[in-house]
Amino acid sequence: MGHLTQMPPLEETQDRTMILNMGPQHPSTHGVLRLILEIDGENIVRLMPDIGYLHTGIEKTCEAKFYQQVVPLTDRIDYLCPLTNNLCYVLAVEKLLGLEIPPKAQWLRVMLNELTRINSHLVWLGTHAMDIGAMTVFLYCFREREDILRLFEAVSGQRMMTSYFRIGGVALEPPLGFLDRVRDFARRFPSKVDEYENLLTGNPIWTMRTKGVAKITAEDAIALGVSGPTLRASGVDFDLRRDIPYSGYENFKFKVPTATEGDVFARYMCRVRELRESIFIVQQAAEGMPEGPIKADAPKVVLPDREKMKTQMEALIYHFKIITEGFAVPEGEVYQAVESPRGEMGYYVVSDGTAKPYRVHMRSACLANMQALPEMCEGKLLADVVAAIGSIDIVLGEIDR
Amino acid sequence: MALAPAVTDLEQLKGHPAIARLVSWNPSAVEGAKFDRDEMTIYVERSAIREACGLLRHDPNCRFNYLSDVSCVDWFPSEPRFEVIYQLLSIPKKERVRLKVRLGSDSPAVESVTSVWPGANYFEREVFDLFGVRFVGHPYLRRLLMPEDWEGYPLRKDYPVEGYR
Repeated sequence: MGHLTQMPPLEETQDRTMILNMGPQHPSTHGVLRLILEIDGENIVRLMPDIGYLHTGIEKTCEAKFYQQVVPLTDRIDYLCPLTNNLCYVLAVEKLLGLEIPPKAQWLRVMLNELTRINSHLVWLGTHAMDIGAMTVFLYCFREREDILRLFEAVSGQRMMTSYFRIGGVALEPPLGFLDRVRDFARRFPSKVDEYENLLTGNPIWTMRTKGVAKITAEDAIALGVSGPTLRASGVDFDLRRDIPYSGYENFKFKVPTATEGDVFARYMCRVRELRESIFIVQQAAEGMPEGPIKADAPKVVLPDREKMKTQMEALIYHFKIITEGFAVPEGEVYQAVESPRGEMGYYVVSDGTAKPYRVHMRSACLANMQALPEMCEGKLLADVVAAIGSIDIVLGEIDR
Repeated sequence: MALAPAVTDLEQLKGHPAIARLVSWNPSAVEGAKFDRDEMTIYVERSAIREACGLLRHDPNCRFNYLSDVSCVDWFPSEPRFEVIYQLLSIPKKERVRLKVRLGSDSPAVESVTSVWPGANYFEREVFDLFGVRFVGHPYLRRLLMPEDWEGYPLRKDYPVEGYR
C-alpha cells in the first residue's frame, strides 16, 4: 500500500501527465482496489494497482487452528467460490494424510464445484456488463444465481459460506430430492445462457467496447503468471481440470473453450462457453452419481455418524479426540492446485507432524492475473480500464487474504 | 492408502529431467532432492536460483515455463531458518516441480527471479512483506499487503498471532 509517494515521474511527459487516483471505493473495482493512474489526456501512461485493503492475515490464522478448523477460513478468501477453496484445501490435506475418498463424495464435490463456477461466472458477467453499461444482464444473471444459492443452502445450510467439503469427504448426505433439483436447474440453464448471449454477443455497443480492448499475448500472459480463462483467451490451451486432473475430473467429458484474440471480448466468450461446459459437467454428475458412503473410512480423521456416537464407545472417543485435540498429520508438504473460476488456485500446506498446519499458503489466481493489468492498459484509453478490470474477474478478498 | 516413504537419495532421482539438467550445468547447484507424495522438490544452492530458474524455463527437455507461486516457510528457531519455495509448472508437459532455497536468519536475501518471470514480482513482494526476505535485483521491493509503515514481519513464527498490542 502507498505507492503514490514513490512514483517517479517520467521525464519527457513530466509536464503533461497528471496522477489520477481511482478507488479504493470505486464501483468498478469489485471490492477495494486502488489504482494509481498516470494519464496524459485520455491516454494511460502508467497504471499501478495498490492492494492490501482487505488483508486479514488468514495465512497466519490458519497456523493457530486445527486442520479441520481451517476449512471455514478458506470460505472467506473468495466469497464467490467458497467451495472451490474448500476443495483445494481438503485435497491438499487429504494428500498429506494419504486418504482415499469414496466416489460419491468425489462426484458431489465435482458437481458442487461446477455449480460454484457457474455462480461465480454469473456474478462476473452481471457486474462486468454493468460496468460497461449493460444493466439488464445483471438482473438476469442474479436471477439464476439465486437458484444456485438455494441449491447451496439446501445441501449445506448456507448460501455463501458453505464449508461443505470436509477432510475425508463431505459434511452431510445431500437432502432427499436434491439431485432432482440440480437436474431441473441443469435442464433450464442453457436457455438462460442463450438469453445473456442474445443481449451481449452480437450487440454492437458491447462489441465496440470489448473487441480489441486490453489485449495480452500468450507469451506475456505466461510470463506474468496469468491463469484461467484470461490465459485461455490468449490462446493457451491449458485447464487443470483436464490436464492435471484432481477429485475425479478425469471421469467427466467436457471441452476447454479457448480463443486467440486475447482481448476483453475473447475473455467474455471463453467464460460464457465455460458456463455451458460447466452445466454439462453438472448434468453428468447428477445423472451418474454413484451410490455409497460420503466419507472416507478413517475414524481418526473423519467425525463419526451421530447414530454411531450414541451406540458405540469407540465412535464417541474418536469424536471427542478429534474435536478436542485434532488429528496429527504426517510430516511433509503438498502443493495442490485446482482450476478455480479465476484460474489456478493453489494451496501449499506444510505439516510438522502435529494437529495444526505449520504453514498454509494460498496461491491466488487473481493476484497473478492482476499483474497483467498494467500490460493490458498502458498506452490505451482511460475508459477501457474499467472494461479491463472487469475482464480479468478479480476478487479482492482472494488477492489480499 | 498407505503413504510411500519419501525418496531423498539424489542418485536415485537423477533421472528426472530437471535434476539432470541442473546437475549437468553445475553439480554444486543442487544440494539435494526429495520425491514425496508424487511431488518433486529440488533444493537449490542459494546463489544459483536465478540461473537455475532460467535454465529450467528455457531447456527443451524441461520447459518449466510457468511460475505458479513463490512462498516461504519460517523454521524458527532452527537454522537455516527460511525456505523460499518456487512452484514451477510446465504447461506443455503438464508437470510440476518445486525448487527450494534455504536461507539463514541473518539478513535473509536471495536473488530475484523477476528477470526470468516478470510475474514473480508480486509473489516476491508478498514474501518480503510478510517474512522480511529480501530479493536482490527486484525492481520494486516494497510492502504489498501490509501498510507501508508496519513494523515487523507478520508471518514469521516469532510474531504473535494476535499481533503486538
